[in-house]
Amino acid sequence: MTGTEALLEYLTKFFPIFLFIFVALAFGVATLLVSHFVQPRYPEPEKLSTYECGAEPFSDARMPFPVRYYIFAMLFVIFDIEVIFLYPWAVVFTKIGVIGLIEMMIFIGLFIVAYVYAWRKGALEWD
Amino acid sequence: MTEFGLRLAISLTQIAAVMGIVVITVLLLTLAERKVLGWMQDRMGPMEVGPYGILQPFADAIKLFFKEDIIPAGANKFLFTMAPILCLVPAFIGFAVIPWGPNQTFEVGGVTVRPFIISDINIGILYILAFASLGAYGIILGGWASNSKYSLLGGLRSAAQIISYELNVGLSIVGVLILGGSLSLVSITDAQAGGFWHWYLFALPAPQIFAFVIYVISAVAETNRVPFDLPEAESELVAGFFTEYSGLRFAFFFLAEYANMVLVSCVAAALFLGGWNAPYPGTIMGFIGLPSLAWVENTMWFAVKTYSLLFLFFWLRATLPRLRYDQLMRFGWKVLLPIALGNIVVTAIAVFIYQQMK
Repeated sequence: MTGTEALLEYLTKFFPIFLFIFVALAFGVATLLVSHFVQPRYPEPEKLSTYECGAEPFSDARMPFPVRYYIFAMLFVIFDIEVIFLYPWAVVFTKIGVIGLIEMMIFIGLFIVAYVYAWRKGALEWD
Repeated sequence: MTEFGLRLAISLTQIAAVMGIVVITVLLLTLAERKVLGWMQDRMGPMEVGPYGILQPFADAIKLFFKEDIIPAGANKFLFTMAPILCLVPAFIGFAVIPWGPNQTFEVGGVTVRPFIISDINIGILYILAFASLGAYGIILGGWASNSKYSLLGGLRSAAQIISYELNVGLSIVGVLILGGSLSLVSITDAQAGGFWHWYLFALPAPQIFAFVIYVISAVAETNRVPFDLPEAESELVAGFFTEYSGLRFAFFFLAEYANMVLVSCVAAALFLGGWNAPYPGTIMGFIGLPSLAWVENTMWFAVKTYSLLFLFFWLRATLPRLRYDQLMRFGWKVLLPIALGNIVVTAIAVFIYQQMK
């Protein structure tokens, strides 16, 4: 199979996916647009002010937030990449024999070392 | 060129059918949830619109369609408008790789059609996981763009919760991948044919019972459902990230949440419960001599499995109280993650030993 044919085959398989993405987007945008033209619109300052238990909103709403969220986001990135490495290994697991098993056990061992380190450092505590 | 046109028409028909089924299922779910919750609390649920309230979801949809769409003062207009779409699209397009029925084909004008499979790409699960994570962007952008404190906090909570449990979903699936040897949902489902003891939930040498439980718990957390509905905890955050949303944009977030529920149930059914395979070998239709109608039975089994899982969502909502946020994070990172990792190691060793014995 030549490169062009392979690319063509690839695109044929993914064509319905792209079509689906396009249709879903079109559905969302079109419904919002139609609704935009049929709905009433009577803006007034009271209605447009954000909800804050009925009181006047004070201070900036985009306030600082705890750094905890950031730490969990970083932990997620690290661990999720490790999970992604497990995927190709799992798919070919039955074909790569004992070498594959041992190598992945070492990899998962490293994963566990990182996990225990994060735990002991208190990165997994919320408060 | 005509072949391309034909393919386009076939794909569009399939996509329209799937999106129609999903939207109708969501409408049905909104009613079913209120009815089930009502019955579990010894109430009747909605009874006013139509006989036994069956027209309630349509009334809700029409009402939301014609409601005023308020953009609060100080909101980022572009992001505020984009966020619901960004939430809705990933929830829909995951359905592109779900096998709804048997892998049969027929010819239309020289083009081979697989009626129950929109696309059989070899990275099906990866595709679903990737786009499911994109939904978090819609939530956090919607929360930030609203210019409201409740929305911001709800969006942040939701994002942290989704990524934490995303990890467990990813890990719990690895066991199935070892057994199935593929990332395509079609081949994984095909490999589970021949009775419920071949489903990966029960299959030897490594039943994925722990993985299934982790998957279901994480799926509930990822779709922000009770008991993990912290991002929209009414008592603390009003409505969380969609506090400021109204009209159709609110409906989009709602639709996305329910479509996500349907999607995770479909994936769980396909990965762990054998997808469209019946719990007995073959099909009854094939047994009584009507193999051409076997697809009815198969798609019915897929629907039964998906709806049972969806019922579980409602059941949990009626039974369990909400967790505290630190409990939620601790449970995800310190309980589910080690179990999921252990499951991978045990599955790998069990499959390896089983292979050597053969």
